[in-house]
Amino acid sequence: MDYFAQQLINGLVLGSIYGLIAIGYTMVYGIVGMINFAHGDIFMIGGFIALITFLILVSIGLTTVPVILLLVLLVAMAVTALYGWTVERIAYRPLRQSFRLAPMLSAIGMSFVLSNYAQVAQGARVKPVPPVITGGHTLFENDGFVVRLSNIQIIVVVTTIILLAIFSWLVARTRLGRDMRACEQDQTMAALLGVDVDRTISMTFVIGAALAAVAGMMYLLYYGVVDFFMGFVAGIKAFTAAVLGGIGSLPGAMLGGLLIGLIETFWAAYFTSEYKDVAAFSILIVVLIFLPTGLLGRPEVEKV
Amino acid sequence: MTTSRTDNDILAVDHLSMRFGGIVAVNDLSFTAKRGDITALIGPNGAGKTTVFNCITGFYKPTTGMMRLIHDDNREFLLERLFDYRISKVAKVARTFQNIRLFAGMTALENLMVAQHNSLMLASGYTFLGLIGAPGFRRAEKNAIDLARYWLDRIGLTARADDAAGNLPYGDQRRLEIARAMCSEPVLLCLDEPAAGLNARESDELSQLLLAIRKDHGTSVLLIEHDMSVVMEISDCIFVLDHGVKIAAGTPREIRDDPKVIAAYLGADEQAAIEVMEGGA
Amino acid sequence: MARSIDPAARAPKAAASRGIAFILKKSAISALVALFLFSLMIGIRTEAGPTGQLIYWTRFGDLAALVAAVFFGSIAVELLRQWIGPSKKITLLPESASGMIATLRRLLVPALLTFAVLVPVIFYDQRYILDLGILVLTYVMLGWGLNIVVGLAGLLDLGYVAFYAVGAYSYALLATTFDLSFWVCLPLAGILAAFWGVLLGFPVLRLRGDYLAIVTLAFGEIIRLILLNWQHVTGGPNGITGIPRPSFFGIPLTNTEDGLAARLGIEFSTTHRVVFLFYLILALALLTNWVTIRLRRLPIGRAWEALREDEVACRSLGINTTTTKLTAFATGAMFGGFAGAFFATRQGFISPESFTFQESALVLAIVVLGGMGSQLGVALAALAMIGGFELFRGFEQFRMLVFGLAMVLLMIWRPRGLIGHRAPSVFLEKPTEISSAMVKEGHG
Repeated sequence: MDYFAQQLINGLVLGSIYGLIAIGYTMVYGIVGMINFAHGDIFMIGGFIALITFLILVSIGLTTVPVILLLVLLVAMAVTALYGWTVERIAYRPLRQSFRLAPMLSAIGMSFVLSNYAQVAQGARVKPVPPVITGGHTLFENDGFVVRLSNIQIIVVVTTIILLAIFSWLVARTRLGRDMRACEQDQTMAALLGVDVDRTISMTFVIGAALAAVAGMMYLLYYGVVDFFMGFVAGIKAFTAAVLGGIGSLPGAMLGGLLIGLIETFWAAYFTSEYKDVAAFSILIVVLIFLPTGLLGRPEVEKV
Repeated sequence: MTTSRTDNDILAVDHLSMRFGGIVAVNDLSFTAKRGDITALIGPNGAGKTTVFNCITGFYKPTTGMMRLIHDDNREFLLERLFDYRISKVAKVARTFQNIRLFAGMTALENLMVAQHNSLMLASGYTFLGLIGAPGFRRAEKNAIDLARYWLDRIGLTARADDAAGNLPYGDQRRLEIARAMCSEPVLLCLDEPAAGLNARESDELSQLLLAIRKDHGTSVLLIEHDMSVVMEISDCIFVLDHGVKIAAGTPREIRDDPKVIAAYLGADEQAAIEVMEGGA
Repeated sequence: MARSIDPAARAPKAAASRGIAFILKKSAISALVALFLFSLMIGIRTEAGPTGQLIYWTRFGDLAALVAAVFFGSIAVELLRQWIGPSKKITLLPESASGMIATLRRLLVPALLTFAVLVPVIFYDQRYILDLGILVLTYVMLGWGLNIVVGLAGLLDLGYVAFYAVGAYSYALLATTFDLSFWVCLPLAGILAAFWGVLLGFPVLRLRGDYLAIVTLAFGEIIRLILLNWQHVTGGPNGITGIPRPSFFGIPLTNTEDGLAARLGIEFSTTHRVVFLFYLILALALLTNWVTIRLRRLPIGRAWEALREDEVACRSLGINTTTTKLTAFATGAMFGGFAGAFFATRQGFISPESFTFQESALVLAIVVLGGMGSQLGVALAALAMIGGFELFRGFEQFRMLVFGLAMVLLMIWRPRGLIGHRAPSVFLEKPTEISSAMVKEGHG
């Protein structure tokens, strides 16, 4: 029971990270109808930026942990958002009118560029980082097995909740959010009504990238490592989460992320950790076949 | 209780209903179409005509109801039970679409060849005989090209047989779609607004084409149309739909003078229509 | 004497100066963006230090160089864009040359074919060229195989490497376990791959477009992970070794008494085997090509293309779209399987490392770059990409980076591929080529 509880906590934390990445996928798919294959690598870049910023701040003598974390968060979000913006400008915008395969291949190409750019820029070896936030709270103890909720886990979940709240407010209440929803429904009409479609789409990518950066930073703090290949697998899992929750639905993306995190954690805990990635991919296939609109999505009726 | 049908019916639709969530698009519709007739489905926009079509041709599964297709050897096909492609392949019902669905990147000739896919597949021994170049297949292919050529002549596109279908002018595309449907040798041809976007001369040519199809091939025609000149000129029987319900049925003359029909199109009520008709003319 | 002030004469000069300022401003912004992007990733280099902690050093020189490169590169791109003009058409050759070009195009295919056949003769001593030729032909065959699925039927398959892997591993296991000859194992490998294609295709063919793509990607990854982890059967990360090399129709190509060399009375050389492999893959590739061309003219091939154009119309014409899609999948899978079997016998050992998503992406890029559905285009694209890849052999790290950039740039420049048209499969009078702009890309 305690083992279960611990895995539950771990799964929810992992799921929060996936959820943050999944939001980027679902937003982009909702507004331009393409799967941003490079999004997972944006997450990876976010992790790297967080790592480097952290290193610099520490080496210039900063020691107050909350200040460091805040600065790292802001810098990572800002720089990664710029990456997201650049990728969209260079690789996707010129192809917006083009047929479907072109942006997909462009996205795949961009994914290769980003992951290899990270490899070339920072070396192929895994980069470890000493645990910044230590300590935690023991929830309960039973027969020597301790169920712990570590501080870092609390921070991940709290940050996720705060960001989700900000983001939901953004989509529901602000002008930008309204523009985004309009473009999702009918781009041409939105343009005719004066919405700056290019800017709205750019902002969608920027926000998605910023959230992915937060996920990257959380991942770094939680697992203590970043490597240039983590974007690919995390990307597929996060996309699975987006689909599971219902593509185009923001709460769905978060829900899907949590579910995937839980499934992966429980699979690794109770079966074998070798095939845990297979579990995620298989879920994707099963969901798409049997539940193509996902849990919270809207079904599409084909117009003949 | 099925509608009483004569031996001459080709299509019998019984209590057809189609619901999309809370919206009832077609409500308990029953009608029959006679063999060799040109039957028209008319009604204001949103009346459910295309929905009926999509049910008949297998693109929607009706919520309730039965649609029977009867061949002249008395074989019956329950259209609501057939897979979409089998409706064309086995029951021999062909259709055209409101927004033309030609294979734009293929030539006019290729479009007509694709329509003969099933017979050619059989002749090619499911590809294997074709792969080795068996004479049986070559003969079948030649026959298929001849049939295509025949239809190209009928619609006057022989000179443009090798042009991409997407490059043809609009009127030609409409006729090509009909020719393609005819190449699958159907017993019932369903046309969804074939005259849409055609000018008066082209509409007239279309009417002549449909009459010729009926005369030379005995194909029954079911059409949805808004162009009243075409409908009145060639239809043998007209069914009027409004809000998913049949409100009138009869010959063109009867329908033209029916106040219910006029009211439906004008969006007024029947009494007002009668007043207009009696007051005017 | 009045001085005429001609506004038209003044305008170009104003436009030019506006142009220069505009270009400089745009380039400055690009450089600034580059600065922010690269400052942390390039400017700082982290590494795991000797005692396990993280250390770093600065590379401001590299950073400055890169930013400057972006600045000047941006200027160059802007100038190029203005020179090309709004129509984005580069008229390098006058109209009168088009006739000559058409003739050249018709000669291209037989010329390429002749060259391919003569490569082992011309480059007999250069083992490197022969190996490169074998590699190129392997990818040409893979490209032609995937072309059936993506180019003809319009099904977005991002997991083609799975069939390549099934073919390779089936061959390896059959050959090492049952000691069957190449000529028996090859068709078996193809059949197994085709079978796997049907199995895989059946549940997913209902999906459209991007979803189909990502599901096939997931399948490809699952195969790779199973191959990696199922140690018992597949040998795990070490793969399978000791795969027997092919024989010349039963006569071994070895330095023994009953070897081919001894029988022919010539001196043995390992080049014999390489030459044999070259002609083998050439034959396999040409078989793929021949089958594709034949199938295009048969009803099934036409149905594939019609499926790509408009699936709804296909269904209304009585075509069973499910079986049509499955046959496309299975046929493409079969040729992928053949290629995999060849790969296994050529290398002598296989491991899951050779069957990554990058391979699928590479083959897909070859198909799209070639101009979907075009046999010649795919061959040229394979030659260009694999040849290009080889040129960068020395720069291991930068290779994939440049490949990714090339993919992006090629999609922006020529999203329709090298060959910009489609040839009809049947014609009444004369085959007129249909421009790629008319041809749909298919939604799966």
